[in-house]
Amino acid sequence: MGLLSDPNRRRALISMLTRLNAPICVVCYFAGVAWFMGLAFEPFTLRTYMSENAMGSTMVEERFPAGERALATGREFAAHKKKVGGMPVDWLVKNMQDRGLEVFTQSFSRTLPFPDENKERYIVKGTNVYGILRAPRAPRTEALVLSAPCSPGDSNNQAVGLLLGLAQYFRNQIYWAKDIIFLVNEHDLIGMQAWLEGYHHTNTTGMSWSPLQGRGGSIQAALSLELSSDVITSLDLVLEGLNGQLPNLDLANLFYAFCQKIGVLCTIQGKLQRNDWDSVSGYSHAVQTMMLMVMKQASGRPWGDHGLFLRYHIEAATIKGVNSFRQYKTDATTIGRLLEGMYRKLNNLLERLHQSYFFYLMPSLSHFVSIGYYMPAFGLLAVILLLRALDLWVQLNTPPSTTEDGVADIDQVRHTPGVLSVLTPLVISHLTGVALYALPIRFQETAVEHFPVSETEAVVLTAIAIYTAGLALPHNTHRYYIMCVCGTEQGWRVLKLIAVLYLAVLLGCTALINFSLGFILALTLVPLAAFVTPHVPKVLSAFILVILSPACTLLFSVFFFQELQEMPVSFQDGWLLYLSVISQGILDHSLYGSLVYPLIALLVYPCWLLFWNILFWK
Amino acid sequence: CALHVICCNAGQFFSSGHTNNWAVLVCTSRFWFNYRHVANTLSVYRSVKRLGIPDSHIVLMLADDMACNHRNPKPATVFSHKNMELNVYGDDVEVDYRGYEVTVENFLRVLTGRLPPSTPRSKRLLSDDRSNILIYLTGHGGNGFLKFQDSEEISNVELADAFEQMWQKRRYNELLFIIDTCQGASMYERFYSPNIMALASSQVGEDSLSHQPDLAIGVHLMDRYTFYMLEFLEDIHPASKTNMNDLFKVCPKSQCVSTPGHRTDLFLRDPGSVLITDFFGSVRKVELTMDAINLTDPIKQMEENPVNGEEQKEVYSYADQLPVSEIIHQKPKQKDWHPPDGFILGLWTLILLVFFKTYGIKHLKHIF
Repeated sequence: MGLLSDPNRRRALISMLTRLNAPICVVCYFAGVAWFMGLAFEPFTLRTYMSENAMGSTMVEERFPAGERALATGREFAAHKKKVGGMPVDWLVKNMQDRGLEVFTQSFSRTLPFPDENKERYIVKGTNVYGILRAPRAPRTEALVLSAPCSPGDSNNQAVGLLLGLAQYFRNQIYWAKDIIFLVNEHDLIGMQAWLEGYHHTNTTGMSWSPLQGRGGSIQAALSLELSSDVITSLDLVLEGLNGQLPNLDLANLFYAFCQKIGVLCTIQGKLQRNDWDSVSGYSHAVQTMMLMVMKQASGRPWGDHGLFLRYHIEAATIKGVNSFRQYKTDATTIGRLLEGMYRKLNNLLERLHQSYFFYLMPSLSHFVSIGYYMPAFGLLAVILLLRALDLWVQLNTPPSTTEDGVADIDQVRHTPGVLSVLTPLVISHLTGVALYALPIRFQETAVEHFPVSETEAVVLTAIAIYTAGLALPHNTHRYYIMCVCGTEQGWRVLKLIAVLYLAVLLGCTALINFSLGFILALTLVPLAAFVTPHVPKVLSAFILVILSPACTLLFSVFFFQELQEMPVSFQDGWLLYLSVISQGILDHSLYGSLVYPLIALLVYPCWLLFWNILFWK
Repeated sequence: CALHVICCNAGQFFSSGHTNNWAVLVCTSRFWFNYRHVANTLSVYRSVKRLGIPDSHIVLMLADDMACNHRNPKPATVFSHKNMELNVYGDDVEVDYRGYEVTVENFLRVLTGRLPPSTPRSKRLLSDDRSNILIYLTGHGGNGFLKFQDSEEISNVELADAFEQMWQKRRYNELLFIIDTCQGASMYERFYSPNIMALASSQVGEDSLSHQPDLAIGVHLMDRYTFYMLEFLEDIHPASKTNMNDLFKVCPKSQCVSTPGHRTDLFLRDPGSVLITDFFGSVRKVELTMDAINLTDPIKQMEENPVNGEEQKEVYSYADQLPVSEIIHQKPKQKDWHPPDGFILGLWTLILLVFFKTYGIKHLKHIF
């Protein structure tokens, strides 16, 4: 007889499961955490290598000569920007045309759901300017993009200058097999979103833009440049994009290969690579780098202008020039050569980048961990939920021990209340979630009328208010239970079973799309899902539940993130930063379609409310 | 007497056995990053043309997407040396099979001659039983196969069978097979037809390496084995007497990193007596004579004297294509009996009907 079909063995297996459930859950939890921490340990990682055959090695000769002239162009750009008080469209158009590109502009406008601190107005209007360098002999089927943002004030002038300098140099070469599009976008991500939507003829976020007059074929790769000083000491690579999507690892490999060839110092997450992986400080450095990447990916917002390209299956990354206090400085000509080398190699591509990994974590620029290695960490946490569900199922199905047949009959009649009885808490929790999602933006005007706060603060504080109001629910909803099963032991078990399975499916799906978000949520939600019952001490458990709720997880993550970046904040500043993070999340959702806010409001928060309900079950 | 001497010399005259030379040069890769395979093939093409084989006797199969590739910084050229001394593409390259026409099927059809009647002469290998053929293959290969243009493969068994077809159809006198790919020696392991000599750039389990990167163009320009083979061929001129043993020594492990291999067990003659120009060039032997010769008797083959007491090598002969004598002296076959034709049947039925009509039915019982 098989292991599961033999009744004796089955009983033995089930009794072992129920006896050892709690210890196994604890072991799994610590094993999952330990596995995750071990990912940054260098012998467990792999060295990065170029997977794409067509790109080959860094075997090109870079000859870009005009770094100084590029910086002068950048200064001219800054002057015109100040004169116009925004984007100097006419100057850019004329300049690009003089360099031999086909120049087009696109105007866009967007009504923000609420004005955030940066914009302070409801409507954002702007213009994107882009010039297309047509490949001399190739058909117009493929394109590469180089973009630099037009930022207010003194930032990113050198980026635009270098972009124009490279445009002039590239125009004189005959070996381009793809069109190159040089894009200067206004208002950072909003402008980039408008341009991408116009290029691909999609309209997913309700922005209004003028259609693009000129196009270049399907975009194979894109790089975004952020350079704010004449000399830099290191180049930082930013990979995380919208909803935690990452570009193909080959793009990072290409960047790293050229950094090594040209001899520029390159960092990721702003942290330099260290060679002493066997010492404690070396290991903690790698862990910090990896945790920074995990936090950035979990936030689901694009961390550079490149983040919006990824949704269209265009591999993109942002290169930031950093000027810190180091002795060895790199000038603009060298950066130009690095970009020239990268573009020549991307030019050799025959298909989109697809040979290397799309899901990975990088504890340093030369090492990576692929999805096959980091997923078991999440799997161990998800197993806890499944074990708990099995345990509850067994408890629900074993008849209670009785002495007389009569009593047993009555008990068995009320034995499994059925799924419908727990519909009430489910519906109410999800309605609260819907309220959390929809109400803050809808009622910002009434909030501003009644309270002396700005719109942004109104939205955020409304959200927090609704979140806290949800905590009061269990006390008030007991009256509404149909088929009063309150009071039976089985009622809360059924609810917990459903809640645990719901959480498992939710976290599993989240981890597949955005591993970091799924893992961080699992770290806090899985323990509380495992241990919460109506019989644990109420006050202490209520406190722990609130600490482990998504909102508090976000609060701690904000402080932790600032610690990791070596810019620790005081509690006041941290709280303000927390509020701005919430407002940014809501704004990202309506502007670019980021999924973190709806996920938390509509799915994770109701799930947490179910556990809160179970805790206060009477 | 002088006539006898000349007769004997005339026998020696045709000792190598071939009267014409052909070359089939195949590059099995396409795409820009396989630049070096096209450069390999074109360099061999140049050498072979220089030594005398004309375009009408060369079948050149190339993907031909290098010279006019959008990524080529020097359009219309293919260079084989880093200092760009020699543009092997030039202005008189005749590519017979280009682009997507380089397939396994076309290659095997060229070798075996099974081409549709509409194929132009320049795409055919019109060799006969007195042709020496040079076959050069380059590209990406593995243990027992060679990859054609990223979509199909030819195996060493198919190649050996193609050569056997060529032997049975008397399409070659002697064949020199050179292959420059990774694990190239596996491609000649399965040959079983006589008169084939094979060279490969690497043994099974080894990779053939590329030689020179060119940073201005951005690709590797040539493979090592072909590069050193070409250096060797540069010293050959139509009258040189260098033999195959020197070709075997080209590109030792110190230069090539891989170990080149060769196979001569199927070849009748001793490799030391085979001239390089027997395969790479098209040499016409000329002997001046002032006397008229009456060639009525067939030329007798010179007897092979066993050297150093070696065993007599088995003399191969052609299988008779059309056994005429058997057909003439055959006994006639017994024909099977067939029932009579419909016409005869109808005729007899008609006669019977007429008979019974005339004489009445009652006579039927007399018949049956």
